Amino acid sequence: MHTKVTLFVQCLVDSIYPRVGEAMVEVLRRLKVPLEYPADQTCCGQPAFNAGYTREARAAARRFVRIFESAEAIVCPSGSCVQMVRHHYPELFVDESIDYRMRVKAVGNRCYEFSEYLTEVLGVVNIGASFPAKVTYHDSCHLLRGLGIGEQPRKLLRHVEGLQLVEMDDSDVCCGFGGTFSVNYPEISTAMVDAKIDNIVATGADYVTGCDVSCLMNIEGRLSRRNLGVKVIHIAEILASRGGHEDE
Amino acid sequence: MKMSEAEKIAYRRDARRGIDDECLQGGLQRIQNHFGKGAMRYWGEMADDGLRDRVKHSRMETLENLDVVLAMLADNIEEAGGHVYYARTAEDATDYCRRVAKKNEVSSVIKGKSMISAEIGLDAALEAEGIAVTETDLGEFVIQLAEDKPSHIIAPCIHLDRQRIGRLFQEKLDIPYSDEPPVLTQAARRALRKIMLEADMGITGCNFAVAETGKISLVSNEGNIRMSTTMPRIHLALMGIERTAATMSDHQGMLQLLTRGATLQKLSTYVSFVGGPRRPGDPDGPEEFHLVMIDNGRSRILADQEFREVLACIRCGACLNICPVYGKIGGHAYNSPYPGPIGAVVSPLLFGINRYADLCKGESLCGACLDVCPVKIDLPRLLLALRRKLAYGDPAWQTRKHKRTEAMVFRLWRALIASGPLYRLALRCAGILQKPFISETGMIKKMAGPASAWTRDRDLPPLASEPFSGRWKKKYRQAAAKGPSEVDNG
Repeated sequence: MHTKVTLFVQCLVDSIYPRVGEAMVEVLRRLKVPLEYPADQTCCGQPAFNAGYTREARAAARRFVRIFESAEAIVCPSGSCVQMVRHHYPELFVDESIDYRMRVKAVGNRCYEFSEYLTEVLGVVNIGASFPAKVTYHDSCHLLRGLGIGEQPRKLLRHVEGLQLVEMDDSDVCCGFGGTFSVNYPEISTAMVDAKIDNIVATGADYVTGCDVSCLMNIEGRLSRRNLGVKVIHIAEILASRGGHEDE
Repeated sequence: MKMSEAEKIAYRRDARRGIDDECLQGGLQRIQNHFGKGAMRYWGEMADDGLRDRVKHSRMETLENLDVVLAMLADNIEEAGGHVYYARTAEDATDYCRRVAKKNEVSSVIKGKSMISAEIGLDAALEAEGIAVTETDLGEFVIQLAEDKPSHIIAPCIHLDRQRIGRLFQEKLDIPYSDEPPVLTQAARRALRKIMLEADMGITGCNFAVAETGKISLVSNEGNIRMSTTMPRIHLALMGIERTAATMSDHQGMLQLLTRGATLQKLSTYVSFVGGPRRPGDPDGPEEFHLVMIDNGRSRILADQEFREVLACIRCGACLNICPVYGKIGGHAYNSPYPGPIGAVVSPLLFGINRYADLCKGESLCGACLDVCPVKIDLPRLLLALRRKLAYGDPAWQTRKHKRTEAMVFRLWRALIASGPLYRLALRCAGILQKPFISETGMIKKMAGPASAWTRDRDLPPLASEPFSGRWKKKYRQAAAKGPSEVDNG
């Protein structure tokens, strides 16, 4: 029997892309993984942390540790949130007691990004998904450079029936989101996402996918403004689909 | 272009100019595709994969003992008959250079490429004394003719193409128009050679200074450094105090990483080691040698454990060649002799965190700079540390809180996320408030207030009518509690 998974549903998934959370649930249920969802969770604190507001981020982190401490495995459909919990939480508590720091570290060590958990912990690459479409994959920065996850999602995608994975140029170059950066420096952010979109469009893919809805939201927002037909989909949604995917 | 704490830099305005400059965009693309990606590839393939860590370690060790290492360097230079001056500030450094020039009745100075000379505002200080100053590095020479500013650490005129340079040379060097690089290079060579032969004083930077041998090393591909350091009567070298290697063996690793990181070269065409006046019997060399060790804010960085790491930089420019922000806006937007990711950390620390607040915040924290840095400087961590100073202010760094409204937003955010029910209530309210903004495509095309920056060029998907938390409660909670065998119903 599988270890029980405690779902850590990123705030953006919870509020804007709940279907991504549902897709993750579908996939894990299909693999017979017992699940729980602590209803009190809110945000891991990353937006504050990246803007320099460490105290506010620390309050969020403390809360997160309290809520998730009893979990055996924490799984999240977002690389940057996992990077926050795994790598930045310990930095936030350097002045705390060694005991608390160990607890924080332990929570981080039990926290996994969704595609990472499937491939490396459950050892599954074929979920029996079917998604007949041409798909290109965007490497999110914190996922790739922070957690070293790039091959895992591609492996999962390659095992999806009917899915044709086409690589875009510069898939590992930032999409220009960067949290408050995108709002504080919109012209720079837009120039970056335009370069990303040009690379996406050049592949001729029907869909662009990735493991982080924050990047995907940025890409989707710009695609929509430019009236381009490429659709944006989180990897969990692809893995959850069986046969002819329905367009929303 | 001496730095003062005066007004905030115009990062956004100049970034926009960069984005709209097609010529710059072409140059940036070429340099990033070739050098940035090339360096990343090389680090992945290099045979000695421990070199970067070893050099980083030796850099940090040298920095931790910098007082001793600098004293050894000074002793060795003086023993060879050179002069050493420790300049606490930019003014202090330029005053010293002026004094040396005046004492020796210098009327013409030739320069090797040096960013620290721009940092201290040396050219203007010398020109105010009626001294002619000529850049001898080809890129810097172009910049000087164009009365422009460098936009890259290694490739100062990457924002100009050969057509623009051709027109510039036609006008300033009085030659027929050509955009052929060999023709233009020859024209520059002819113009420079004459000035070089007549110059009284050569001023260079210093790639590294080796304490053990009392020699500074200068890396070049054009040979201009050899002429600038050996032909004039006086050679004066400027160095930031951190550019020190304790031993030749430390230096070897730094040099290897410098040329690979900067231009993918195994070794540059020339590496010159100089550090004293001509000795009896030497065929050439200056009569006087001066080394100016410049602090100008560096010892403050050194003293701060959090920021010390940035002084390990060997100024190769690899981070500029990979950064997606620099790759869009170019170097001028940084308004500093040090552009790109390294400049985004160093410029605020040297010239004022509030003044350069936009550099601290104007990056996406993608982390590519950390990966490409030959000595693995954690620039994203340092940017976050700078943002922290701006968030709360820090008297030790004379830093004021940057944006009160932003601070308020995050305080409010903290209160919201501290309570699940409150957070969900706020989401529900926002869900109702957003309704008039949702367009027929289902996306939000225009928002009010600070959020309007998002919808300037992008649409926003609206908040879902029911968040995941609610859907879980309705659809999954009971099934999940029953155990896995009963929930596997596809």
